[in-house]
Amino acid sequence: MRNNKKPTNKEIINAIENQPKISKKTVLSCLLAISNEFHFIPKNAVEIVAKYTGKTMNDVWGVASFYTNFRFTPPGDATLDICWGPSCHILGSQKILKDVHGLLGINQEGETKDGKITLRYSTCLGACSQGPVFAIDHKLYGKASVEKIKEKISDI
Amino acid sequence: MDFNQLKNTSTEEWDNLNSENTIWIRVGYGASGQAAGAEEIFNLLKDLSSDNENIIISLVGSMGLSYAEPLIDIKSNDGIRVFYNNVTPDITKEIYNYLIQKNIPLSKYVFGQIASDGRNPIDGIPELDKIEPLKYTKQIATKNFGNISPTNINQYIANGGYEGLSTALTKLDPEKTLNQVKDSGLRGRGGAAFSTGIKWSFLAGNNSNIKYILCNCEEGDPGAFNDKGILENDPHMLLEGLILAGYATGASNGHIFIRDGHEIPIENSRKAIQQAYDLNLLGENILGTGFSYDVEVSLTGDSYVAGEETALMEAIEGKRSMPRFKPPFPAAYGLWGKPSNINNVKTLSYVPYIIKEGSDKYKSIGSESSSGTAIVCLSGHIKRPGMYEIEMGMTIKNLLNNIGGGSSTNNDIKLLQTGGPLGGVLGKEDFDVKIDFDEMSKVGAILGSGGIIVADSTTDVVDLIRTLVAFNQFESCGKCFPCRLGNTHMLDILNRICNSRPNENDMDVIKKIGNSMKTGSLCGHGQLGYSPIASAIKYFKDEFDLALSANHPIDSSDEEMILPTRTRP
Repeated sequence: MRNNKKPTNKEIINAIENQPKISKKTVLSCLLAISNEFHFIPKNAVEIVAKYTGKTMNDVWGVASFYTNFRFTPPGDATLDICWGPSCHILGSQKILKDVHGLLGINQEGETKDGKITLRYSTCLGACSQGPVFAIDHKLYGKASVEKIKEKISDI
Repeated sequence: MDFNQLKNTSTEEWDNLNSENTIWIRVGYGASGQAAGAEEIFNLLKDLSSDNENIIISLVGSMGLSYAEPLIDIKSNDGIRVFYNNVTPDITKEIYNYLIQKNIPLSKYVFGQIASDGRNPIDGIPELDKIEPLKYTKQIATKNFGNISPTNINQYIANGGYEGLSTALTKLDPEKTLNQVKDSGLRGRGGAAFSTGIKWSFLAGNNSNIKYILCNCEEGDPGAFNDKGILENDPHMLLEGLILAGYATGASNGHIFIRDGHEIPIENSRKAIQQAYDLNLLGENILGTGFSYDVEVSLTGDSYVAGEETALMEAIEGKRSMPRFKPPFPAAYGLWGKPSNINNVKTLSYVPYIIKEGSDKYKSIGSESSSGTAIVCLSGHIKRPGMYEIEMGMTIKNLLNNIGGGSSTNNDIKLLQTGGPLGGVLGKEDFDVKIDFDEMSKVGAILGSGGIIVADSTTDVVDLIRTLVAFNQFESCGKCFPCRLGNTHMLDILNRICNSRPNENDMDVIKKIGNSMKTGSLCGHGQLGYSPIASAIKYFKDEFDLALSANHPIDSSDEEMILPTRTRP
């Protein structure tokens, strides 16, 4: 199980300070560091990033709400990305999405009832030649089928 | 450190790996290898060989042969590399045990061999460069794929790496370096196909003491994975090109721009940069020549428009990746207000070759107006999906048949979707067109970044176009309302058509919306929004007519296309 308790201000500042080396820390780089550490952007992080970068909270909310990878509530224990881009579409990703809805008991993106899995539809995961593609916590799998997805998520 | 010294130590290390005392097993990785399960094979081989110090197991780049992955490559004591395709854990064990017991290849699983340095090939195993699709390829920027470990700078140097940089720094001045690139005829591989040398000269002519070279690896185009592919499989090739670009233009800093979450290209780029700093190929006073240059990785969040050159600079500055007004152009006012040049990964990855081998040699490859090679990505209904570097001038038909091996299904290939979601479709009647920037644009097709999605005759064109529009709608940054609302409106109409509820004048309305988007949008995302539809109507008007007759349901009555809901506010 992922530790989804609300990160403290100190933990958030640590995540900002420990981000990979970069010549100028920006609102976006700080948000990415926080998101990679905690898997979501906690509410208290917005003010911290604003102070840290000398921007307004509006600026930070603007950036955080723009990039579709950011979310503001803790995700499930694992994130399952399924590609719906044109290349995977041709290879049948719509049917896979539909079947995965059935498998997970949900009918759109989001968390399963038990909170274990977050489902996202992805525009391109970058392994089109192995399509249809899915990923669990950024690890890629090709030749997707609902059976293969079921097998890979079984030990989460 | 002296470059020759570096070269000598690297060659020594390389020779040791290839000596008769060592068995070197290479497992092709990259995104494609990972998706095929190569990591599992690598870990298994590591376990099997843990007590044998003469066996070295490495993750190397993917050769681009996605259909053959997981692909392993065993160099045994005789120096010959034998390849095995589509291995499973069980097959891997069998191959490994056979190798240990008999020290000969297990012929029933072999894919091919490379007998280099004048060795005699083993009878009965095809030579890799003589089999399809590889006999039709021409490797320049991808020459190290599958041969070296992407995160080992010494292996890159041992195979001729950083020689171009060393030559430029010691024998050519920046102007001569730039002229080599200009004379080579190299054109940008990001989509616009503008002369790289001329683009660089805009930046070189600016006297600012801070200037940026921005390498664009955002690559959000579905169907294109060659930019990330280069960073996954040979990041030093790009890095050397990026340093040469800095030298030729007098730039002070380079950025490699990647979308967060693509872990292999990000990790590999960071490692490559660190290794280059450690050997003084980056940083202050590079190789003692007085040239100083810094490179770092910049990440963006999920946003397709971040690949547009001014939006890219906004993202590096940490803002929403929305395009800026032009002028001022980036060469005058770019990142942090300083002069900047944006280059695609592939473009920069040709530069080491051009400097090392000379512009004439590069110019002799490919076609008259499009010199060099194209790195194409095949996906969809094709027998041999993968990433292939081919000479410019090959026809689409030959690409599909000789390289791709034809359709992967029992049905004929009907169309190609090229140039990304803002590109278009190419119908069968134009498959004789040559892969060349100008030849392709004559028939209204776009080579773009090299992504080619193959669709067979069962593919519904209207449904495919709806998917492209849905992608463009989802990814519109929202700055220009014609793009933001236009894409949404077009998607609504296409959804209605697919649900057998068309209106008579739907296509006229879509065309009008497309025109508004073209005139009223700042960047290509809105300007080109109608072009996939226009190209589809050109080849498949009858299918649109059928869909508009309302007798042709594409979606079954009770369900609509599943699309993301996390759209921008």
